Amino acid sequence: MESLMPPPVRRIAADRQATVAPAPSSNGGEPALDGAPARARGLSRPDRPRVPAIERMRAENLVLAYGGKPAVKGVSLPIRQGEVLALIGPSGCGKTTLLRSLNRLTELTPTATREGRILLDGQDVDQLEVTQLRRRISMVFQQPNPFPMSVFDNVAYALREQGKKRPGKKELAPQVEEALVRAGLFDEVRADLQHPALRLSGGQQQRLCIARALAARPEVLLLDEPCSALDPKSTEVIEELIVRLREEVAIVIVTHNLQQAYRVADNVAFMYLGDLVEYGPTDQIFHAPTQHRTREYVGGAFG
Amino acid sequence: MATSAPTATGRPLAALARLREPWTDRRAELVLGAVSCFVLALIVGMVVFVFSKAWPSFSHNGLGWFGDTGNVNQQMDRIQQPGTAEPVYDFGAFDLIWGTVLTTGVAVLFGAAFSTLAAIFMVEFAPESLRRILTPTVSLLAAVPSVIYGLIGILVLAPFVGDLISQDRKESVAGVISLTGENWLLATFILAVMIIPIMTAIIAQALRQVPRGWTEGAAALGVNRWRVMWTISVRTARPAIVAGAVLATGRALGEAIMLAMVSGGTAFAPNPVDGLTFFLEPTRPLAATIVFYREGLANPAMASTLYGIAAVLLVSAMALSIGAYVVKQPMKKYGIRT
Amino acid sequence: MAAAAPKRTGAVESYSTWRWTDRLALALCWACGIALCVAAASILLYMGFRGLQYLRPELLFERPTGAVDQTKSGGILDPILGTLMLTVLGTAIAIPLAVCVAIWLVEYGRPAGLARAVESGVEIVAGTPSIVLAIFGLIIFQQPWLGWLSFTAEGGGVFGRSLINASIMMSFIALPLVVGATREGLNAIPGHVREASYALGKTKAATIRRVLLPAVRPSIATGTALGMGRIAGDTAIVIILLGNTLLIEPQEGMPVLGLLTGTGSTLTSYVYENSPAGEGGAYEKAYAAAFVLLLVVLVLNFAVARVVGGSSTSRSNLWNR
Repeated sequence: MESLMPPPVRRIAADRQATVAPAPSSNGGEPALDGAPARARGLSRPDRPRVPAIERMRAENLVLAYGGKPAVKGVSLPIRQGEVLALIGPSGCGKTTLLRSLNRLTELTPTATREGRILLDGQDVDQLEVTQLRRRISMVFQQPNPFPMSVFDNVAYALREQGKKRPGKKELAPQVEEALVRAGLFDEVRADLQHPALRLSGGQQQRLCIARALAARPEVLLLDEPCSALDPKSTEVIEELIVRLREEVAIVIVTHNLQQAYRVADNVAFMYLGDLVEYGPTDQIFHAPTQHRTREYVGGAFG
Repeated sequence: MATSAPTATGRPLAALARLREPWTDRRAELVLGAVSCFVLALIVGMVVFVFSKAWPSFSHNGLGWFGDTGNVNQQMDRIQQPGTAEPVYDFGAFDLIWGTVLTTGVAVLFGAAFSTLAAIFMVEFAPESLRRILTPTVSLLAAVPSVIYGLIGILVLAPFVGDLISQDRKESVAGVISLTGENWLLATFILAVMIIPIMTAIIAQALRQVPRGWTEGAAALGVNRWRVMWTISVRTARPAIVAGAVLATGRALGEAIMLAMVSGGTAFAPNPVDGLTFFLEPTRPLAATIVFYREGLANPAMASTLYGIAAVLLVSAMALSIGAYVVKQPMKKYGIRT
Repeated sequence: MAAAAPKRTGAVESYSTWRWTDRLALALCWACGIALCVAAASILLYMGFRGLQYLRPELLFERPTGAVDQTKSGGILDPILGTLMLTVLGTAIAIPLAVCVAIWLVEYGRPAGLARAVESGVEIVAGTPSIVLAIFGLIIFQQPWLGWLSFTAEGGGVFGRSLINASIMMSFIALPLVVGATREGLNAIPGHVREASYALGKTKAATIRRVLLPAVRPSIATGTALGMGRIAGDTAIVIILLGNTLLIEPQEGMPVLGLLTGTGSTLTSYVYENSPAGEGGAYEKAYAAAFVLLLVVLVLNFAVARVVGGSSTSRSNLWNR
């Protein structure tokens, strides 16, 4: 049981560093046009308690290319536990590539190349064994991809296959339940844990995938447009889930949906054609962008 | 079509024009359908003819046809030359059936395990350079004619294996059978080499079609490449492995020439009780038996016996293709075609 | 912003984190993959070595004789010609039938029950051992009314063995392969291509002839080459239905029909008969013939690879432009 848990040293209690500087904002000042235009159009950004933020990951001068064609051109970003980071931008701007590179999934594509450093708790991810790294940085994909097995086996999958020993079903049951509870799915599937996961609805499947990723207690959770294939109701459930989870894990979400970014994110990075155009607190990006292109993109979405 | 008849003589020009007219849909469908029915009729005819020819042998022996009713070699010699005016039909094919089951079964079981591993290697673990030569290698091995496998078996491998058998062991069974390099184990080995490429190609194709979302999803959870392959891809492609095994079984059952060349040539049921000698005992599977007695087809009793063997092979092959169809169904719902 | 070309980062995986069973399985994977390559290489090298050792050019142009002495048993001209004729005739019979069946199954397939029956029938033929096809052919062609396909003895008994009879049964071997490849090709053509043709006012029959058939030509070629390889490599039908005479022996009288109704041998039956399993131990000739046979099969195999490799990418691009 204990061997499944990550070593305690990597689990950083969020209250240890209670004082963390707010996210750097490029204009330095107070967001001047706070709220007014967007809120006037009925966009609501749920009030939520601020949770202490700790920097867990950092990308430094990240350059990514497929077969020599650059997809991400020198991006530097911090990723904090306690704050949700949203990557926004038009299609093909390198958001997903950037996200996939964070747990070295781009290496599954033979033509992909990478330059620059990615740090996890100050350690270069290249120095970590790749499966160990992916256990700490888990990912949820755009299309819900539950494995063709039962709900229980899906959630237990990582726990069973990661370690050197295969834990028994008795040991797994409480962990599976906990993961499903954290993903807000347990009440719905309590009775049919043994049913095939592919019979669940789309929204349930995606939450199952989140539960599956959470079961192994990752430190960073990467979400690649997790709601783009889902109905509004499921989207709402998953957004609430993301806001709730940011306390325990660092979350990066790629989204096409600006309202969604506005609702769930604490920080937003706007990317355009592989460049990081602007990065800052959500309110600033949406209401007082410093860059012309950001203003156009965000404005287009709201206007 | 009905309107064309009266105009033929009245207006020859119109009739000529109609001849040049492109095929109408109705006519095309009829012709194509007729050709398909013709092919179907030939196939049904084959099944019916083989069974009708086999009937005298089956009806004479009843279920004893499949049993052990005496030495098959002697039975077949008597069928061939009864020495009386009455044709003799007494026949019990147990030794031949056992020889078929043994060679096919062992070759397919070994082949399935080997092919699965080889396919995993091809799809996931082989370095790029090796991967590029593996695909043509597999299709090359699948294309080598069975007579060439038989030739290598009988001229190269059998003498080599024969030299390994001690004189004592040969003498210990001298009265019953002669132990040579031509035995069921060698035949099974070559049979496995013949069916492995077919199975490997089928399994590799299925593994490649496993949705990327699943394998990436598993990799993103920090599971190593082997476990991703084994717990996701192989699990999903399990029906393809079974379907490949079933197809390979069909090929192994029907393999006649290579087995006639290297399996030892006498109808004998290798007995596991014989210890190590068991592996060196000769046999002669069903299909090879037909090749062996092909000159006897002119003799009605012998022909009936051989058609009986053919009927058994035909039914097994049909059962296998139904089996393959059934086991492939689960793959379809994942969108995987084999 | 670093503008230098990014380097590929190696996916360095440490096997030390793997379970020992996983490591063992991976080792077995490598062993199996390497074993496949070794098996193929040793077969090729050995047959190549023996072939070059025993095959002299003149063997290709000399007719065989029945002599036991290997220096006097002549060449392998007749078996080569036999293989060529059988392969060409067999596929020539199979292609039209198979293409018709495939088109009917994909484009019409009505009534559904009949389509299912035809489909299963083709499946059955694909699974039928060639030895069964061979002796089935013998029953059919020994019927008196088919006597003209081989020759009829004085007493009225039909011999049933001839080049044309063997070719007809061989076509059953190629049939499922051509049907399968053609169906696959037809299914790969997107529906909008057909609709575009109908929209231009073409009938279904015209669409099939002018649009679909040209498009599936590479698939038909693939199936044909596969079928030719199988026919060239088959032995059972040859030794039972071709008469298995060492020389090509046409019937007296008619020039072409005589050849078709005559008997002969092929490379496969020549190899079989010259191996210790057949009549004699003329293994030098067997090796030489086997080498030629292997070359024929490999060339056909290579042709398949060319057709498939050349078309699969370009064709799918063609439709999806």
